[in-house]
Amino acid sequence: MSVDRGVRLSLRTLVLGYLGVLLLVPVGLVLYRTFQHGLLPVWQSITTPAAVHAFWLTLEIALIAVPLNTIFGVIAALALVRGRFRGKVFVDAVIRLPFALSPVVIGLALLLVYGRGGWISLPFQVIFSVPGMVLATVFVSLPFVVLEVVPVLREVGDEQEQAAATLGATPWQAFWRITLPAIRWGIAYGVVLTTARAIGEFGAVSIVSGRIAGQTQTLTLLVEQRFQNFDLAGAYAASALLGVIAIATLLAMTLLKPRKDQG
Amino acid sequence: MISVDGVTKEFGEFRALDDVSLDVQDGSLTALLGPSGSGKSTLLRVIAGLELPDAGRIVIAGEDATALPAQRRGIGFVFQHYAAFKHMTVRENVAFGLRIRKRPKAEVAAKVDELLGIVGLGGYQSRYPSQLSGGQRQRMALARALAIEPRVLLLDEPFGALDANVRADLRAWLRRLHDEVHVTTVLVTHDQEEAMDVADRIVVLNEGRIEQEGTPRELYERPANGFVMSFLGPVARLGEALVRPHDLRVTAEPRDGALEAMVERIVHLGFEVRAELQLADGAPLAVQLTRDDAVALELAPGDIVWVGHTVAPAEPETVAA
Repeated sequence: MSVDRGVRLSLRTLVLGYLGVLLLVPVGLVLYRTFQHGLLPVWQSITTPAAVHAFWLTLEIALIAVPLNTIFGVIAALALVRGRFRGKVFVDAVIRLPFALSPVVIGLALLLVYGRGGWISLPFQVIFSVPGMVLATVFVSLPFVVLEVVPVLREVGDEQEQAAATLGATPWQAFWRITLPAIRWGIAYGVVLTTARAIGEFGAVSIVSGRIAGQTQTLTLLVEQRFQNFDLAGAYAASALLGVIAIATLLAMTLLKPRKDQG
Repeated sequence: MISVDGVTKEFGEFRALDDVSLDVQDGSLTALLGPSGSGKSTLLRVIAGLELPDAGRIVIAGEDATALPAQRRGIGFVFQHYAAFKHMTVRENVAFGLRIRKRPKAEVAAKVDELLGIVGLGGYQSRYPSQLSGGQRQRMALARALAIEPRVLLLDEPFGALDANVRADLRAWLRRLHDEVHVTTVLVTHDQEEAMDVADRIVVLNEGRIEQEGTPRELYERPANGFVMSFLGPVARLGEALVRPHDLRVTAEPRDGALEAMVERIVHLGFEVRAELQLADGAPLAVQLTRDDAVALELAPGDIVWVGHTVAPAEPETVAA
């Protein structure tokens, strides 16, 4: 079936126009505004103690949340694909819940459970401190690894693991040498998406953090604070920093695309 | 020797194996033959330890292996769809079992080279499975299974996913390999021709039970029942009996024990001629003749002929239906 040349052209224009108006122009404008007065003010703006702290805190939270969700995600995917247990559909739905739920609701829920007078009280402070922010980030970025790994596991099947078993591999050896390499691209995609989500999270973290500058302020919270304080240039600079991290993540994802000969 | 002793296996409501007992002799090449759902693959997987039986025992070389996990049974298993380790090269695939056993590097390299030579993949060491044809992948899988010097080699429909001509080649190759290596081999197949061609013993399964076991010739010439007979080759029904189409003789004149029939159609298949007849009671009957016999009889549609068994010493082919 061949599509008329004119139809094809107008379709292309429509898609590019849509992307342009909604994505490229605003993001481009942010970058333009950021570097409007040269590099120096940007540099000064992202090297203030609050900004540096926010940057490292963002990374710290991501570095805790991403490995946690990766390990959980692989185990959950294995259970969902290979396991035979009652309530599988229910577990599957619960894992997707963070996608359906607004992050603000997640933040409020955490506040109710761990906050002062909440259901669970731990010996260390959770709410208005880093542990709560990690919890919130783990919660909102939970489904990515599971959802990326499940279809890959389904496609790979379990025959290779059975073959490994007949060749003398214990289930543990079969997992490390056969299963894990077979699903590595799925995990890699999941990790990239989880990282992007963890770094960009605002709603849930905003509620549980208490937004104490220099203590519980991540990059996204810093952007918001500067914006509220009419420090537009500062907000743009912090936004640009977030944008750079996002682009790096996307680049990593593109570079990680599996090569065909080893699929 | 492998002994299967009273093994039963159920999947939910479905009874895949029903009190199956079987001895496989050392050094033999045994085929488990049956239609799909007959339990032949399940039996193989129970022997391998990939399925646990609900009842019964598996004894390998005098050792009760029933509760032994697959990785400690010392078996080599070849899957229908190869189960190649896709992220490993041919060389790494074949070396896998030896690496798990932490054999010295030099020994692994020598063994892998030897096996790749045997299976004719010498030049393919650093290819990935996706760069091989189906037949090459299956030969790689065989080398991988043989590398651990298994006590038993189990093949689950190993040629089922391959083209007909590749299948015939690999079959002949497997037979030669077995004559060289002498490892006790059990092969699952639904193809009677493959079983007769390759195996020195055939076990016919149906609905989770063993119908008969014996040499290919025994099964063909003295089938225990109508199922075995019809599964091992073409059959025709003559009155109350099942008979092989090539064991029927057609004559122009009436004779003892022969039934009257009318020729419906003559099909020339080169050396053979198939005569499609209709018996007096209306039942169809296909008879296989040599070309010379057909020419001598001058058969033509509409002719009335007499058909009965060839007068052979005893008639083991005839089995009550």
